[in-house]
Order: sequence, then structure tokens, then C-alpha cells
Amino acid sequence: MKIHEFQAKSILKKFGVGVQDGIAITSIAEFDDAIQKLKENGATQFVVKSQIHAGGRGKGIVYNKYNRDEVVIEGGVKFFGDNIEKAKDYASKILGNILVTHQTGKEGKEIQTLFIAEGLDYKKELYLGILLDRQNSKNVIMASTEGGVEIEKVAAETPEKIIKVWIEPSIGISSYQARELATGLQLEGNAYKDFLKFIVKLYKAYESTDASLVEINPMVITNDDRILALDAKVNLDDNAVERYPEYYAMRDLNEEDPLEIEASKSNLNYIKLDGNVGCMVNGAGLAMATMDLIKLAGGEPANFLDVGGTASAETVENGFRIILSDKNVKAILINIFGGIVRCDRVATGVVQASRNLNIPVPVVVRLQGTNAGEAKKILDESGLNLISATTLEDAAQKVTMAISGS
Amino acid sequence: MSILVNKKSRVVVQGITGSEGTFHTTQMIEYGTNIVAGVTPGKGGTVFQEKIPIFNSVREAVEKTKANVSVIFVPAPFVADAIIEATDAGVNLIVCITEGVPTKDMIKVYDYVQSKNKNGHTVRFIGPNCPGIISPGECKIGIMPGFIHKKGKVGVISRSGTLTYEAVDQLTKLGIGQSTCIGIGGDPVIGTRFLDAIKLFNEDKNTEAILMMGEIGGNAEEEAAYFVKKFVKKPVIGFIAGKTAPPGRRMGHAGAIISGGKGTAAEKIETLTKCGIAVADSPANIGITVKTALEKFKKKQAAKKSPKKKAIKKVIKKQVKKTKSAAKKKRK
Repeated sequence: MKIHEFQAKSILKKFGVGVQDGIAITSIAEFDDAIQKLKENGATQFVVKSQIHAGGRGKGIVYNKYNRDEVVIEGGVKFFGDNIEKAKDYASKILGNILVTHQTGKEGKEIQTLFIAEGLDYKKELYLGILLDRQNSKNVIMASTEGGVEIEKVAAETPEKIIKVWIEPSIGISSYQARELATGLQLEGNAYKDFLKFIVKLYKAYESTDASLVEINPMVITNDDRILALDAKVNLDDNAVERYPEYYAMRDLNEEDPLEIEASKSNLNYIKLDGNVGCMVNGAGLAMATMDLIKLAGGEPANFLDVGGTASAETVENGFRIILSDKNVKAILINIFGGIVRCDRVATGVVQASRNLNIPVPVVVRLQGTNAGEAKKILDESGLNLISATTLEDAAQKVTMAISGS
Repeated sequence: MSILVNKKSRVVVQGITGSEGTFHTTQMIEYGTNIVAGVTPGKGGTVFQEKIPIFNSVREAVEKTKANVSVIFVPAPFVADAIIEATDAGVNLIVCITEGVPTKDMIKVYDYVQSKNKNGHTVRFIGPNCPGIISPGECKIGIMPGFIHKKGKVGVISRSGTLTYEAVDQLTKLGIGQSTCIGIGGDPVIGTRFLDAIKLFNEDKNTEAILMMGEIGGNAEEEAAYFVKKFVKKPVIGFIAGKTAPPGRRMGHAGAIISGGKGTAAEKIETLTKCGIAVADSPANIGITVKTALEKFKKKQAAKKSPKKKAIKKVIKKQVKKTKSAAKKKRK
């Protein structure tokens, strides 16, 4: 689960990690109060940061929500020094508009929250990340002197500038490892000492929240030699987040596709894509393979949809409804491998669902496994616009025919 | 005829009284699996379906019934504990079906099991988030439909459930049987990886070819491919799902995600192909790709063993000997 920068920082702060101070606002009316509070905490300079679930905000472009061709302003994060008036003007301009960055795609994301933060003077930007290293099933801390740049870029161009330490699951982070990182980051004096505390607390935060990623980019050395998280990205493990109601409450539904939310309510695993052939499959691996099959058949997958193990009439109907809300869909491929679930039951479900809904596009139904023969009969005799297929090959050909015919 | 599990496997079911546990235990018994015990804390002393004793702990089950394989159906929050319990009880194989286990739990469990193995135990776990393992005609430990399988000589390894059934179904319909099929699971931290399974199949005399089905995310497929290139003489066939998957999105499985541009299907297919693995281009062609690879391999073997070649080799050998001994004489 992704969360916003301001939420990530609030979590880190709780674990004693030094972060850039700030206040999140959702309307411009809250702006003055936020500034007032930051001033009381000693801030003299200010930054306005758009809160969306995507990186590259600083270099992004803000477009008018109601006229998507109109550029409101360039940059989704701006530093204003002590010029509060200018900061407020900027905040009022971008709030409610659409920020497009290299990570959002051209649809961009609506800026619904701003993080009004203290502006810091700093000497250097560094990089720090904690995540799972899948190759040896241990967490790894990665640090680099090249802060403020995407770590993937550093890894590709100057991999020697990335220092890694692997954490023993039964021991946790060791002091010598913290020192190794500090040395690798070329820290000295107070910054060195401050970092040793910073990294131990940060790792504690990572572990204690069941995070799947903590990325501080940049982490800065301030002019007075403190280590602070200027930005913070925290992803929480989807399989664990419900153990923490307080973090689970940070889920921002506005950041998610409405269709995907609708699907998750019916226990369907749906991801919207840009293609023209919808698909409904049981099992994630087979669902991915079915998307690939659609592409090979000359179409483009419109979605990923895993209906899970049951594939009852109800789930099939919900699946249809969600796929059809996507107006680009020109055909649908249902691919169910009936193992424990019987194909004739699935077929009955498909027929029932098709009767309840008026499906305007051709539907290719491929049922394989237990009672596949009976299932085909049910589909063929339904009198509905259902094209039955037996093998995957057969299904692919019928999808090709369905899209070329429409 | 198989790896890891066979007719002799004595299975204990952890979470036997839950709905999943009950349903699949019944299915496993029907397939012929030797289920010897069940475990549900608090229900020790009762009997499952009038024949299988239920115990409060795995240790008790192992002591009383000599179970050597455990299969886990307990809910995700209790999986870590269940695996550790089974490990301590001394079973050799733990098959964990449950989906949705937190990664943090699995990192600890993986480390624990590794450390046990370093201290003289031999225990392996498969999963979590997997369909289990089956040696067709001998025993099925998991949730796969047994009837699609056929006893034979192709080893199957896969990160997915229904996609594996699809591939196995294609194989069976082409008359190609399987030695053992392992679903290794779709999570980022799993007990048995492609590499581990490939090593086992490589050593198994009765496995003639290996089919590995991977997907986007991580680089476990590549890790296995490099091993194949170096050490595996049997034909290896591959398939990678997710050519059309967008980056940064989790495709159902917790481990199926392209992150930072890494773990794409294209990347994996390239590496597999480079390492001599025959990669099926479409999920519809997995069976036929295995068939072709097997035929090609058998032809090669036959050519190697053909009498004509053997005769030529003999002649060459003789000549080499002659010249060598002649050279020796000269030196003398």
C-alpha cells in the first residue's frame, strides 16, 4: 500500500527519525494557520509540496483540471524562501488541479493535499533506501552519495556509488553496519554521529511497520550538520497492513482507480489497462498469460482480472460489470481452468450473468478442466452471444475473429 | 519416479478442521495420499472423518504417527508459527498453501529454516501461496486437481496455480506424463526457489526434462537459467507470464511486480533463451514446446549412440592409441 509523503513523515517522526517539519492542508483556507504553526516551530523559509502517489513531482507540470491543455504552472514542488505571499499564491493555483509527472502517465493525478513544509538550507543530498533483497530473502539497506537522483539511474550508470548492507533477520541492524554506511556516505563530525542514530531508528521504523519499502531521497546534511529526511517514501506490505489499523487508515482511495476499488469490494483483483479486449480469469499467473495471449491474438489487454478460486455466477456478473464500465472494451475473453471448481457450474454462472446484463460486445468463453464438455454444451445452447472455445489456441483465434469483426 | 514426495510420504495436515483444510484433506485422501494425522490446537483426541487422528501439536503427531511431511492450511497470520512448529517437530518437508502471508514473517521463517539445516536437520519448505506438490499416481499434497496429471518423466516447476494446471493439462493431452509438479508460490520470499527445484530434478534419474514456468518480478528465473546452462544436461523448457504487464503494478501475486524497470518478461525470456532453455512464445504452446524439445533431445541422444558413429569413434580411438604408443616408443 502506498501512502503520501506527509503520512510517511508522520510515521518516521513517531520512531524518532529526523524529518523535515511540515503540515498537510486540503484547502487554501488552512494555509495561514499552517504557516503560523511552522513559524512557531522556528521555520523561517517555506516549501509547498504536492501530495500525490508518484515520484518526479518537482519536475512535473500542473494542468488545469477543467481544461487539460492549459498549463497552470511548471513544477509540483516549490521553494519560496520567506516569501509567504508567493507561496500562498502558488498553493492556491495548484490545489485541485492535475499534476503530470514521468510516473503518473498522461492522465496525471489530482492534487488534493499540499504539504506546507519548512525550507531547509543544506550542504548535500544523499540517498537511502531499505527494501527486501529477493535474491537472498533478507532486507538490504542501500545508500549513495548521489542523492536527489533516481536510484535506478545511479545503479545503471555508476553502480560503484551504491553501498549495500544486508540485515541478518535474527539480529537486526548492527552498529558496525551503520558505521559502514556512514563511512561510505563520506560523513564526518556531527553528521556522522547523527547518521548512526538516524539509520537505526529508520530501520526500526521499517521493521515495526511491516514496510515493503522506505526510501529517503534526498536525505540531507543540513548546514548545521544534522541528518534529515527531506523527502520520504514508505510503502506498506499489503499482506500485513491490516495488522495496523492506524496505518491502514492512511489508504487514500482518491489515488486509486475507481473501478479497481469497486472490484476489490467484490473480492476481485482487477487492474485497468489501456487495451480493447477485456479478460476474466481464475488465478493470477493464468490471468497474466491470458493477457499475453490476447496480445498474440492481435488485441491489447484492457485489464488484469483474477476472479479467484470460486468463479460463481455472482463473481462472474461483478466481473462483467467492471470490465464493461471500460468503454474501450470491444470483446471479452473468459478463461477459467476448472480444477476443483466445476466448469459446468461456471458456465451456468456465465449464462446467468449474461442474461442479467445486456452485454454489447462478443464474449469468448474458454472453460477447461472438470466437466468442460458439459460446460460447452450449456454455453452453446444458451442462445446468447457467447462464443465457446476449448483450447487456449482456439480461444486466441476466436478473440482475433471477434475484434476484427467489430 | 519422483522427487520430494511419493507413495511412502506420511502427511500431517496443519489446520485440518478449517474449511480449506477439511475440503482439501478429503480430496487428497481420494487421490490416494497417505494422510496420517491432523493438527488443530485444542481439538487433540478427536478424529477427522472417522479415520484420521487429530493432535494438539505437530510434535505429538510426528511422535505418534511418524509423519514426515506437513501441509499447512492455517490462516495467513498463523503461518510463520505453523512452519516453525513443523520444522521443530522434525518433518522433512513442509508445504504451505496459505496465501497472503506478510513478507516480514517469511524473512524470519526462511532464516530459521536455513539455520536449522546448517545444524544438521534436513527440512525444506515449499510456498507459501502455492498449489502444493504432486507426484502423479503416488501422492498429491496440495490443492491441484489430481485428474489432469499423468505419471511420467517431465518435472514441472511453477510460480502459479491455474497456469500450472493449464500446462500440465496440455502435457497430459499430448501423452506426456510428469514425474513431479511443484508449485513454488507467487510470493517474494519462498522456501524453495526455481534453482532448488531444478537441482532436485537434475539429480532425479526418472526426470527426463524440466518445465519451468515463471512470471514477472525478481530474478529467480535467471538464477536458475545460469545453473541450467552450466550443469543441466536434460532439456529444459520455459514459459514466462506477464509480457503485457505494466511496470509498478502487482499482478495478483505479491511477487509479480516489475520494479525500477527490473524483472520484466522480456529480460527473463532473453536470459532463459541465452542459457539454452526452449521458451514457449505463447501459453497455448507450452505442451507442444516440451514435446518438440523432448523429441529433439532424443534424436540427439540416438545420434550419439548410433552404431555408425560408435564404429567411427572406435577406429579413431585405436588410431590415437597407435600414434601415442608409437610416439612413446620413439621417445624411448
